[in-house]
Amino acid sequence: MTDATEVKAAPAKPRKPVESGVPDPMQYMHPVMLKNYGQWSWHERPRPGVLRHVAKSGDEIFTVRAGTQRQMDVYTIRKLCDIADQVGEGHVRFTTRSNIEFMVASFEKVPALIAALNEAGFPVGGTGNSVSMISHTQGWLHCDIPGTDASGVVKSMMDMLHKEFIAEEMPNRVKITTSCCQINCGGQGDIAINVQYTKPPKIDHSRVGMVCERPTVVARCPVAAIRPAIVNGKPSLEIDEKKCVCCGACYPPCPPMQINSAESTKLAIWVGGKHSNARSRPTFHKLVVANLPNNPPRWPEVEEVVRKILYAYKDDAKHWERMGEWIDRIGWPAFFERTGLAFTKHHLDTWVGSRNTMNMSAHVRF
Amino acid sequence: MTEDLGKSPDKHATPRLDELESGPWPSFVTGLKRLRDSEDKPYAGMVNDLMGQLEHSYTERLGFWKGGTVSVFGYGGGIIPRFSEVAEKFPESKEFHTLRVMPPAGFHYTTEVLRQICEVWERHGSGLIAFHGQSGDIMLQGTTTDGCQKAFDELNEMGFDLGGAGPALRTSMSCVGAARCEMSCYDEARALRTVINDNLGEMHRPALPYKFKFKFSGCPNDCVNAIHRSDFAVIGTWRDEMKVDQTEVKAYVAEKGRKYTIDHVISMCPTRALSLNDDDTLDVDNKSCVRCMHCINVMHKALAPGEDRGASILIGGKRSLKVGDLMGTMIKPFVKLETEEDYQALKDFGREVIDFFADNALEHERIGETLDRIGLPAFIEALGIDPDPNMVRHPRTSSYVRTDDFTEEAEKYFVRKGLRPDGKAQAAE
Repeated sequence: MTDATEVKAAPAKPRKPVESGVPDPMQYMHPVMLKNYGQWSWHERPRPGVLRHVAKSGDEIFTVRAGTQRQMDVYTIRKLCDIADQVGEGHVRFTTRSNIEFMVASFEKVPALIAALNEAGFPVGGTGNSVSMISHTQGWLHCDIPGTDASGVVKSMMDMLHKEFIAEEMPNRVKITTSCCQINCGGQGDIAINVQYTKPPKIDHSRVGMVCERPTVVARCPVAAIRPAIVNGKPSLEIDEKKCVCCGACYPPCPPMQINSAESTKLAIWVGGKHSNARSRPTFHKLVVANLPNNPPRWPEVEEVVRKILYAYKDDAKHWERMGEWIDRIGWPAFFERTGLAFTKHHLDTWVGSRNTMNMSAHVRF
Repeated sequence: MTEDLGKSPDKHATPRLDELESGPWPSFVTGLKRLRDSEDKPYAGMVNDLMGQLEHSYTERLGFWKGGTVSVFGYGGGIIPRFSEVAEKFPESKEFHTLRVMPPAGFHYTTEVLRQICEVWERHGSGLIAFHGQSGDIMLQGTTTDGCQKAFDELNEMGFDLGGAGPALRTSMSCVGAARCEMSCYDEARALRTVINDNLGEMHRPALPYKFKFKFSGCPNDCVNAIHRSDFAVIGTWRDEMKVDQTEVKAYVAEKGRKYTIDHVISMCPTRALSLNDDDTLDVDNKSCVRCMHCINVMHKALAPGEDRGASILIGGKRSLKVGDLMGTMIKPFVKLETEEDYQALKDFGREVIDFFADNALEHERIGETLDRIGLPAFIEALGIDPDPNMVRHPRTSSYVRTDDFTEEAEKYFVRKGLRPDGKAQAAE
């Protein structure tokens, strides 16, 4: 289709990528960590937010851990770099939960690091039995299918939890997660704040035929509630709304099947997820409350429930019991009583294998 | 917030986002405003419109991004394309793509390299970076289609490479591990780089049925959440006896008290493998220990993993979509990870599993779903892995299975265990 008379400059030769893969961390690692790689002996926490690791060689490394907003502007990153250069030793790392860690070889440097971080507004903590940073997703800022925001929910919750981040006063670690859709990219948590859709998708029949690969969408439905249909003379899809479980799985491959709406997209709170193998096996989180409003910019209804659950756990759990282990001991009846939350038919699982979640015994608590 | 009083009228009002500037936690909104107000920078207008769109989302309670197809030359993945559905209102952020960039294993950085990344992203992007995404990527958030190539070229020259997106091998994560942790049971960074860097074709040219994730944790504390969140979880463990320093055990009991030690260490052992002796030393039944880590975590000066270290491999973890959450299942209770050959063997096994996934999974099926569909026996037979009682919580409870080759299978077990084929006689010895 190009015009033969048009004179075009030869396109610049595109640069071929160097498939270098995962960078070698050794080039960036603190020299004391590099020297003692694989040769560590023990550690302790002199105070919340500070770790002291001792190597078999006798060398020591001190780590100061601080919370960040994860979605950082370059000015924030440079501020953290300035702190590391001025009062640290120029080496940092990040944790799985987006905390930043500053490593220094002597304890004398720790107080100045803490002071500089606090001065710049970065909370020092997130170690030991604290409430660490919430692992979260992208939300309205960047995701193409979000039911809510991520950074805003996390900012709101961490403002409330700040005092538990900078202390180590919980029975065990508390890992909180958020997810902006039911895919649950935020993962499992002691407390999980996840979008829960409450209505079947609303279908824009004028666009389905143009935008969606219909057999793919039909196959994506976990309960076979979607079938091809001709609507207003156009190829589209229809939903058996009695079957639909409102999971949203059809929405990513077919955006005209809008699962979100300002009113029907709700938030649910889940508890008792655990990644670690310590004591009990890893567990999934369990539903405790649904139908909380998606209420930006501060989500106060969610905050209230999170606070109730967290402090019921803090008040009653034994040292080293994670949220799920505490509930295993006291039982679900006591959990619902102590948190003041309602137990409903929706807590009875209906998915594949759900009978295994029921109490198949005469063990009861009163 | 008072700084807003002087802002120029073309900046979008963001009353809802402004409420996220108060409170003690660092505010991403304040950070976005710093970018928006950098009027000498190319991204100021883009971030202004980004904030306008985000405020619009906070008002309407809906998202306004759609996906698309954007890549850099030579690669088919690694960019998350975002096009605005409300670009007529917010034109400068109509394209707001993310580059997923693989971090150094263990997330170690110098300030020098962080500053270099910032410079690249000021030249070619929005100035907004997340350390890190849930798959472990450095997420450079917000650039145009043109900016993707420019930013990638510069980052690639610095030694960074794009991560995974779409139906492909994904970016991996490893814990801090051997770099700073006494619980580390193998070289996590080496394992990650050995496995991932030999399979980059699967990452950069997406052709798998769906995503495939490896994660590497140095011990069963699983600090990178591998069992829940990866298709192929490598979890450090050990085969011999845990190490006990009885002097330190006594010191712990003296400090914490006997009742505390019994209630919070001994009684919390999930398999009753611990006992406190009358002289306040510790008795460990290592055959019953399941390597859960609790006692080592709590008494970390007194207790440590054993010397015969390596890893367990669990396969099939994933998040909800679409059959529900699945955890990884124990497939290899122990692989030694010490020599170069050991790491190559891990890489080879990873490759075999990827190949099996590519050949056998249905479209949009994770390998955990494939396992559920075909059953574990078919999977381990295909990969030449022997059945092992560590694979189950308990043997089957359903009688609906054809067992006419049970005796032959039992003989294979006795041969593997080094017992005579007629295991009865051996058992009597």
